Amino acid sequence: MGKQNRKGALIFSEYKRGDGIREAIGKSREDILFEIRESKLKGRGGAGFPTATKWMIVAAANSNEKYIICNADEGEPGTFKDRVLLLEYPELVFDGMTIAGYTLGAQKGIVYLRGEYEYIKKSLDDYLEAMRKDNLLGNNILGKKGFNFDIIIRMGSGAYVCGEETALIESLEGNRGEARNRPPYPVSTGFMGKPTIVNNVETLASIPHIVLKGGEWFKKHGTDKSTGSKLFSVSGDCKQPGVYELPWGTKISELLELVGAKNTKAVQIGGASGICIPKSQFNRILAYEDAATGGSIMIFNENRNMLNILKNFMEFFVDESCGQCTPCRIGNRKLLQGIEMIEKGAYTFSYVSQLKELGRTMQAASKCGLGQSSPNSFISILENFKEEIFCGNDRYINGYGEHNGK
Amino acid sequence: MVMENTMESKDKLRAPVSQKPLTIEKPKDLTAIGGTVTVEINEKKVNIPLGTTILEACKQHGISIPTLCHHEDLCVAGVCRICVVEVEGMRTLQASCAYPITAPIKIKTSTPMVRKARRNIIDLLLSEHYGECYSCFKNGKCELQSLAREYGVDNHTFGHINKPRYEVDKSSYSVIRDMNKCVLCKRCIRTCIDLQEVGVLEAVDRGEKTHISTFLNKPLADVICINCGQCINRCPTAALRANDPSDEIWAAIDDPTKHVVIQTAPSPRAAIGEEFGLGAGHSMTRELNTALRRIGFDKVFDTNFTADLTIIEEGTELIIRLYKAIVKKQDVALPQFTSCSPGWVKFLEHYYPEYIDNLSTAKSPQQMFGTLIKTFYAHKAGIKPEDIVSVAVMPCSAKKFECNRPEMNGSGCKDVDYGLTTREMARMIKEAGINLPEMPKSDFDNPFGEASGAGLIFGATGGVMEAAIRSVVEFILGKKTEDIFEKANIIPLRGFEGIKYMEIPIGNQVGPVPDILKHLVPNWNWLKGAVLKIAVAHGTANAKKIMDDIKADGKFSECHFIEFMACPGGCLGGGGQPIPTTPEIRMKRAQAIYAEDESLEIRKSHDNPHVQKIYEEFLTEGPCGHLSHRLLHTHYTKRGRYIA
Repeated sequence: MGKQNRKGALIFSEYKRGDGIREAIGKSREDILFEIRESKLKGRGGAGFPTATKWMIVAAANSNEKYIICNADEGEPGTFKDRVLLLEYPELVFDGMTIAGYTLGAQKGIVYLRGEYEYIKKSLDDYLEAMRKDNLLGNNILGKKGFNFDIIIRMGSGAYVCGEETALIESLEGNRGEARNRPPYPVSTGFMGKPTIVNNVETLASIPHIVLKGGEWFKKHGTDKSTGSKLFSVSGDCKQPGVYELPWGTKISELLELVGAKNTKAVQIGGASGICIPKSQFNRILAYEDAATGGSIMIFNENRNMLNILKNFMEFFVDESCGQCTPCRIGNRKLLQGIEMIEKGAYTFSYVSQLKELGRTMQAASKCGLGQSSPNSFISILENFKEEIFCGNDRYINGYGEHNGK
Repeated sequence: MVMENTMESKDKLRAPVSQKPLTIEKPKDLTAIGGTVTVEINEKKVNIPLGTTILEACKQHGISIPTLCHHEDLCVAGVCRICVVEVEGMRTLQASCAYPITAPIKIKTSTPMVRKARRNIIDLLLSEHYGECYSCFKNGKCELQSLAREYGVDNHTFGHINKPRYEVDKSSYSVIRDMNKCVLCKRCIRTCIDLQEVGVLEAVDRGEKTHISTFLNKPLADVICINCGQCINRCPTAALRANDPSDEIWAAIDDPTKHVVIQTAPSPRAAIGEEFGLGAGHSMTRELNTALRRIGFDKVFDTNFTADLTIIEEGTELIIRLYKAIVKKQDVALPQFTSCSPGWVKFLEHYYPEYIDNLSTAKSPQQMFGTLIKTFYAHKAGIKPEDIVSVAVMPCSAKKFECNRPEMNGSGCKDVDYGLTTREMARMIKEAGINLPEMPKSDFDNPFGEASGAGLIFGATGGVMEAAIRSVVEFILGKKTEDIFEKANIIPLRGFEGIKYMEIPIGNQVGPVPDILKHLVPNWNWLKGAVLKIAVAHGTANAKKIMDDIKADGKFSECHFIEFMACPGGCLGGGGQPIPTTPEIRMKRAQAIYAEDESLEIRKSHDNPHVQKIYEEFLTEGPCGHLSHRLLHTHYTKRGRYIA
């Protein structure tokens, strides 16, 4: 799917480089913040924190050094929308960052680019250079006196955890990629201890449109609690995988039809750290208030083995846990071992329920979003597909057997 | 969460853009005002200062929260997650050690979710913790073990690792690392990097492969570890321990052909009671003498004797350096640095090798004693030095390395055979069936006998300097130290402030040169009007500050004499001392040491009659003479930070 074929009401709507910045510098910072608050834009990385709240804290912070960080560490399995935005719509992302710089009084923007996206870096650098030539970056941008802002690209090194904002900041500072304790939050103590905004690529790409067309316009799309539209990275068993812009509130079944998915058994919403939705729940809507997602939609048809899928996810987390906190470091390994026991038929139901309990501990007690969300697929797949997993014809069930964790 | 709520309420009151402009409100920095906040802990309202952590607030109000990675001396990690609590309105549990309170929150410390989480976390840690408690030297003192007991975690729900994953690193004379016992609390990393600023240990790899490693996973003996052992003092499990020579010592005691002597340093005596259930701050000097004889040591000597000797040798060396610099206008290295702390010495050799000439060449008290035992004492007692086994009870793990330095053989054989920590000594005493606090008191053995209070206070930070100044002012001014400092207590040099600085003006009244120094300086006139500048630092992080200042030609480069101790608090906080260690415990040990000093008759090194006697009988050329240079002084190695 190329840029010419992309259709969308908001993000993929027409936009000319610099228009958002031009509009922004004619307004007061308060007015821009007001529009963003009006729009009810929430973070597009998955957590869904109200963008305006974050911005207002940084705007109010009393510091002559502030940072705008674009989180382009798109590491969630099954997400690739940020890559599309950066490759095809860099004007939206960079204009969004520049508007943030103007609104929040920051002079520096940093794009933390996923290690595997190194091949994009050159084109982004060239693009930034062109922006500098046109005075869309640099000093006294577009003649606005005192508005100085520039953007640099920094590469990640392939750690999934560095998509977590505080681990990302640690990585930027040259430290081991590990989540920080919160509070304090990055909005008050972020990069180099200064007030910092960390926004997802897509969140920033929404900003120029909101500045141009207003919060009311943005809010018309989507649902009451999930305003605007969302880019979905659709992959798996369907005819037309790719990136789609759809309004929040779209039913899963509608999306499946749009992408030509047949005989679908399950949809994994929100990547490996998301939840797995069975056929019986395909009428649920994609929205923060129902099936929340950072954009990853993985479609599995009747031929897929759910236990294998789950195993694949858990192997990913065992490898990608940063290893600092106990629940995540050891817990993920125990969940994976549990799956291996189920595979072999060497498990007890009481142990499986103990593992689910462990999953809930991990959700509650892990230090960062990684460990807090890694048990999601374990719990939802074992819950929603228990018949397939525990009563499959070809599997020997030893309800009283020993588990080999001992 | 609180932020979201304000957002909602503002939205309800919202007016159209044109009518109600939004203003950016400056946030109030509440902590800066120093106010208090009322929070609810388990439905009880309490008032606490802003910025207090949940853990601290609960502790202040009698609610105990289990911890593992938390340590009073160290920065916050928040990684073990044992201390989680519920905070109303938060989706997840919060680590109480890492949560500073800035708003009126409601906390619950013992809900079903909290208890379940704690149990699960302990169970997870146990599943990866190799070995069984009964065969572990930390049995009964392990923090993980007590947590498991407290929370009734006793059946390895998530399995138990049955073979070791890592090779035990026994390369170092001082510290043994067994990563199979590690729970990744990172206390050792925070000790090494933040507390001591040495930086030998770091976490490597990720996920379940995460482990604590040295640079390139080299053995500890091959990296720039200074052997301070502070990591051992803070390790909650048996992952870090000192290299214990007690089996060899037992063998020597049991060997009738060996004459086994032991010297005891002041800090172990002030702390060993803690190993026998006494509170911190009980000095056990004379009880220990009896216990050691009952174990089978042939002679018990007081390290303070050579501490007194160190003062004479090191003080003389300082006077020689000053004389050369001021009168002879020679290029000598100043300020002079103390060299009693082997951790500090190795730190300097690695980090500031260009300042090696500033280190006093005087050996540490342990090593001076080692040499004297196998020369002076051996001759006097008519025993061959080869037949003497010399043991030193030290608060220190670095002393084990020090006695194994190849240059430490002034007597012709290894001067000190074994360095034993306070903890290991306590275990030997227990193994011999002795309850130390019940022992009758007895004195030290001759010919070294009792020492002065000046030697005793070597155990606390500032002590070496205070001891030196007590002698130096009498040497130079010809007046009693008591006439200048009340009761000869030099208060500005005491206490746990990281860096202490003091100036002592000499004035125009100088005394006669004492006999012991007559061969070195003709008079003191060259010091008239001078101001003696001295400084004291404890903990290598503070030492680093001074060294960097000296490098930058700052205030400390004008000092004449600086005392450095590698460990926080000085020797009394050494890496061989009883565990746990906290600022409060260290303070009590210091109080015990200073109280013992005040109770002594002789409180200045040069007044020690045994010291006077050894210069009359044995070291007849006086301090810094040829013999004392051969026996009591040493040299150092420029190691640098990159070692092959």
